[in-house]
Amino acid sequence: MTHTLRKILAKGGPFIGLILVIALFALPVETRPYFLSYHNFKIIFTQTVIVSIGALGMTLIIVSGAIDLSVGSTVALTGVAAALLIQHGWGPFSATAAAIAVGGLVGLLNGAAVAGLRMPSFIITLGMLGICRGMAKWLADNQTVSYDASPINTWMTTLDPKGHALPAGVWVAVALAVLTALVLRKTVFGRHVFAMGSNEAAARLCGVPTRRLQVLTFAIAGCFFGLAGLFQLSRLRLGDPTVAVGLELDIIAAVIIGGASLNGGSGTILGSIIGALIMSVLRNGSQQMGWPNYFQEIIIGVVIIVAVFLDRFRRGAKS
Amino acid sequence: MRLSLEGVRKAFGATQALKSVSLEVSEGEVHALIGENGAGKSTLLKILSGAHTADEGSMELDGRPYRPDGPSEARSLGVAMIYQEINLAPHLSVRENILLGSESSSLGWIDTAASRRRAAGALASLGYEHFPQERLAGEFTIAEQQVIEIARALLIQPRVLIMDEPTSSLTKADTERLFEVIGRLKKQGVSVIYVSHFLEECRRVCDRYTVLKDGEAVGSGVMREATVEKLVAMMTGRPVADLYPRTKRQMGAIVLEAAALERQPRLQTATFQVRQGEIFGLAGLIGAGRTDLLRTIFGLDDADSGSVAIHGEESRSASPASRWRQGLGFLSENRKEEGLMLNQPIRDNITLTKLGAFGKLGWISRDSQMAAARRWTVELAIKCRDADQPAGELSGGNQQKVALARLLEHPANILLLDEPTRGIDVGSKAQIYEIIGKLAAAGKTVIIVSSYLPELLGLCDTIGVMRRGELVVVKPRSEWSEHELLGYAVGTS
Repeated sequence: MTHTLRKILAKGGPFIGLILVIALFALPVETRPYFLSYHNFKIIFTQTVIVSIGALGMTLIIVSGAIDLSVGSTVALTGVAAALLIQHGWGPFSATAAAIAVGGLVGLLNGAAVAGLRMPSFIITLGMLGICRGMAKWLADNQTVSYDASPINTWMTTLDPKGHALPAGVWVAVALAVLTALVLRKTVFGRHVFAMGSNEAAARLCGVPTRRLQVLTFAIAGCFFGLAGLFQLSRLRLGDPTVAVGLELDIIAAVIIGGASLNGGSGTILGSIIGALIMSVLRNGSQQMGWPNYFQEIIIGVVIIVAVFLDRFRRGAKS
Repeated sequence: MRLSLEGVRKAFGATQALKSVSLEVSEGEVHALIGENGAGKSTLLKILSGAHTADEGSMELDGRPYRPDGPSEARSLGVAMIYQEINLAPHLSVRENILLGSESSSLGWIDTAASRRRAAGALASLGYEHFPQERLAGEFTIAEQQVIEIARALLIQPRVLIMDEPTSSLTKADTERLFEVIGRLKKQGVSVIYVSHFLEECRRVCDRYTVLKDGEAVGSGVMREATVEKLVAMMTGRPVADLYPRTKRQMGAIVLEAAALERQPRLQTATFQVRQGEIFGLAGLIGAGRTDLLRTIFGLDDADSGSVAIHGEESRSASPASRWRQGLGFLSENRKEEGLMLNQPIRDNITLTKLGAFGKLGWISRDSQMAAARRWTVELAIKCRDADQPAGELSGGNQQKVALARLLEHPANILLLDEPTRGIDVGSKAQIYEIIGKLAAAGKTVIIVSSYLPELLGLCDTIGVMRRGELVVVKPRSEWSEHELLGYAVGTS
């Protein structure tokens, strides 16, 4: 009995969770017609873009056996930086490149500090959380940074109710997810990341350049966070240094719901993306049911615990 | 009779782990329980210590039926177990560890005076009256921590004490001290069930033995009347006439040369050279710097001074990556913590050193990776579902073969093997000896660290002894005796 249950969970994993959550909101007659509409899913997908792109980077970091708590601040910092550059007349693509570069730089610093000072990533990135938030406020002079219209503002739009086209941000997230999944599963770099997260000492013994790899994973993840910051800017249409507080916790939750282990060495991109979708569906559905905000928070909290419990059960771990 | 088992059976699903085992242990007797991994020792120990219940059969303790319903009930009935791994809370004091779970207290407050008295009593019965009770358990060596564990077990005044591989991480001197402790327990009438792979030790410390094979007791008797050869034959079911293969080998040019290699604090100085096709053994006590020497050669630790030359090419600093490129391979003594990625598939564990070779431009072809891994699972008879199975699901012996396969796949021409047969069963040991012999015959060089002297004497062409961080002597095997090796290791020669 438990065996078959385990098999079902192993095959379906987070997918089953997503279906259950969708079913939860599709059942009540009053919300069903709208909840299951294409338009609503367009909104859900769009709302998942930022957490998803963040989850790509976070999956790399968590699989490698580390953690990054500075994501929310990085997103705010890159958003403010890009907004300032647009204000100074930069085009949309150069501003995007700059946002990715700023995020990558923060990640590089995180990685260099973790590898160079041999300190836990939890502590380094906790420090970076404060540093980036402060930098963002400093750069923005403690205000929001507004700018005249920019094409960036349309990358996350879902306003056209008749349009069936998904916003650019969704496609970018999908393309990056596929690419990252391939890199993680099929390349030497990806295998090395798994190896390091599974057993750093064994990886080092086998000649894997673990310190360089640490710097690299944080830097690549930082680029993803920078891009997430740009989409945050696109959504808000202004640079806000106080935005995305606690975003890293949502992202970590998505990765964990997706089946990754905080001990490193396991996790999948598909799982993390589904984890992000589960949380978006929960938020979206709760709103339509008219459930208050605090209720959503409680539900998401419960979902994280249940998801990790089921994952452990699936692996047959005893404790 | 203190403890008697008759017809004990236990099955897990379709696997019959124990098929009718009988065992008799009298008061004050040290009884060796011997068998290969998978012979059913652990299952029997778990039944005795209450972690499992038997499906069938009867057990009696001092003439009364004994059927514990869990480890704590077994303890209260007087059967205590000391596990192979140390189970101490390193941040608690020695006394707190000894009394853990059975604290002296009134109304929830610890009664310090009574605690001290009880802990001191337990330590005194081991001959460790002056053991500092206040210091933290984590500050002590493994041997000392084991004393703390035994003291904890003695707190309940056990009638039967089960020791599972108690000497696997002890030095010779500490093992002697443990034997003294066992002697004391014997005099106090405690029966000891002693499980160990080290047959010479069993012969020294045990009165009687029982050999398990495939879940059955295939032999038992008085230890004095059994030879190691006879015990091994019973364990493996075949006479291991020649456990150590003497392959034909031809020694060639010097391939590795260490000169005054130093790495503080544990490696003072080591100078030696190894030739192609040579098996070079390093003997010495634990902590004598043997592992440090291998690690420094392999670039896992940087040398403070001195040099290593591979094929005449000298380098003072190296990294594991550069050593792999030069054709060196390192097998860690610590399989779980440094050797393998336990939750990753066998194929990744075997191919990690050269992943780039299994595809193009950084992309890996799973098929060619699988093909390479499959070759070794067949050749080394690694028992597994397939090469995609996580390494952690295999038995110790098979895990070790996976770790060794990595060096063979690379392929390494100079193999640094640190305790390659530690904690694995005799059958796997014999296979690993055979592999090492074949490698040398094929012109590869092997440097092997081992705490098991018969192994070094059986396998090596040349043996060096390390003492307190110094490589003190190197001689051909023919000029060594076990006695002399030990003498150099402890510093009496």
